[in-house]
Amino acid sequence: MSAKKLNSKFAHLITKDDNFKKLSINFFIFTKISIIMSNSILQYSSITKKIVMALVGLFLLMFLLVHLAVNSFLIFDPSRTLFNEGAHFMATNPIIQTMQYVLFGGFILHIILGITLQIQNWMARPVRYKMEGWSHTSPFSKFMIHTGIIIFIFLTIHFINFFLVAKFGEIPSFGDTEMEDMGLLVIQVFKMPGYVAFYVIALILLAFHLHHAFQSAFQSLGMNHSKYTPFIKGLSTVVSVVIALGFILIPLVIFFSSRYQA
Amino acid sequence: MNIKLEIWRQKDAKSKGGFVTYPLDGVSEGMSFLEMMDFLNTTLIKKGDEPVAFEHDCREGICGSCSLYINGRAHGPAHETTTCELRMTKFRNGDRIVVEPWRSKAFPLIKDLIVDRSSFEKIMQAGGFISVNTGAAPEANSIPIPKNHADEAFDSAVCVGCGACVATCKNSSAMLFVSAKISQLALLPQGQVEAKTRVQNMVTKMDDLGFGNCTNTGACEAECPKGIKIANIARMNREFICAKMGAQKMSL
Ligand code: HEM
Ligand code: FES
Repeated sequence: MSAKKLNSKFAHLITKDDNFKKLSINFFIFTKISIIMSNSILQYSSITKKIVMALVGLFLLMFLLVHLAVNSFLIFDPSRTLFNEGAHFMATNPIIQTMQYVLFGGFILHIILGITLQIQNWMARPVRYKMEGWSHTSPFSKFMIHTGIIIFIFLTIHFINFFLVAKFGEIPSFGDTEMEDMGLLVIQVFKMPGYVAFYVIALILLAFHLHHAFQSAFQSLGMNHSKYTPFIKGLSTVVSVVIALGFILIPLVIFFSSRYQA
Repeated sequence: MNIKLEIWRQKDAKSKGGFVTYPLDGVSEGMSFLEMMDFLNTTLIKKGDEPVAFEHDCREGICGSCSLYINGRAHGPAHETTTCELRMTKFRNGDRIVVEPWRSKAFPLIKDLIVDRSSFEKIMQAGGFISVNTGAAPEANSIPIPKNHADEAFDSAVCVGCGACVATCKNSSAMLFVSAKISQLALLPQGQVEAKTRVQNMVTKMDDLGFGNCTNTGACEAECPKGIKIANIARMNREFICAKMGAQKMSL
């Protein structure tokens, strides 16, 4: 399926589907609540903001792990049964459905706080140096806003292509079951070279973000210890590489393997 | 040796500043960086020019008066060294050396390379003290202090308040300075009485003065001339969380 076809599918959803309206209203209200929450958090001190940022960030990390686990079903079982069952569970389980809103709110909070902190940081140095800072620190830590914004763009496109299509698209059912064939949609998208390339690049940047973020969250929460901090820093590298590599391998395998047919 | 200096010159806070290039011949390797600056100023005075204004006092790395952002690094290229202790052996014949003042909204420029660092004093006045009557020195063993606490408190207390952490941080954050001052008192029994209000007041003051937030990049600990560690920042965050959790009124 081409990107154009995907988009036309999406356009049709907006106009016709009643469910879509309902969900947009839900998300609109939720966005509003998150923004009001962020607004009061913006009055808080720098440390409180960072603590909220860290807690939300770690929560987002949990989501990434669950997401990766479900995606990997597609690799373990090319017949798509396992993946479709996983997707069906995620789409119907009431706890997961509730968490979906918490997750959405978490992203908004993380993004609003990240941008606010960054703007305050830029304002704290109105005149810049001619010779910019050079010091032995993690290079990734200096580009959190840049990697973050690219992740955000990726998430938006990803959300449109999968989440909205899954909720409102006419996805054929899987064999004789009542489950939708989500696996087929994923395979169709991952047979598009442009999308795969974009996906891989975005996930490499996610790895950069997480490489600094995971261990940074511990420091923000006041956890720094001569015995454990070196371990947490190592774990941060492992977590970022495993998550990014895991997510990257799935489209690559689907793209190059003839076992997956769109 | 011969060097080429590019120095930020600015008449006063209101004037527009800019870089001026000064070729300087006959610099000896044995000079400290500040002696080289004195040498430059002598040649400027001889020519009838205005000497470059920069701050210094003890010239032995204990007062924290000297500053200077040299070739992109606070206190220049040497590790754990203040500008006054920096030697010209760190530079080569023909080097171009860019000298800039600390850049931060909370450190407004006064003249040339001198900035106003009284923001640090304001943070200290907000809570960086203990309110006890000073009298004769107490008997040393009357207050037992674990050795590792005494050591850690001392490691934090060596902060000279030069502002290199703010200057080098990409966010102009003062967290390393503030956390060193808070840690030094939080680790000792004498500091306990005011521990809860101290951390809240100092952090509030720090935010109000326009310093940036901490992204945990660690640039401050890499450039601190006294080797203060960001473990202090984590301790401050812990102190802050505990103080806020136990506070009477909700103010986050
Ligand atoms: C799944 C996606 C994401 C995860 C798991 C994640 C996780 C984290 C974590 C754990 C931190 C460390 C917090 C701390 O230092 O205390 C962090 C920092 C940050 N994140 Fe994200 N993040 C994600 C997406 C984003 C997005 C979309 C943005 C967009 C603006 C963003 C912007 C930032 C910024 C600017 C920081 C640094 C804040 C600072 O210390 O000044 N992140 N992230
Ligand atoms: S002049 Fe006193 S520390 Fe450099």
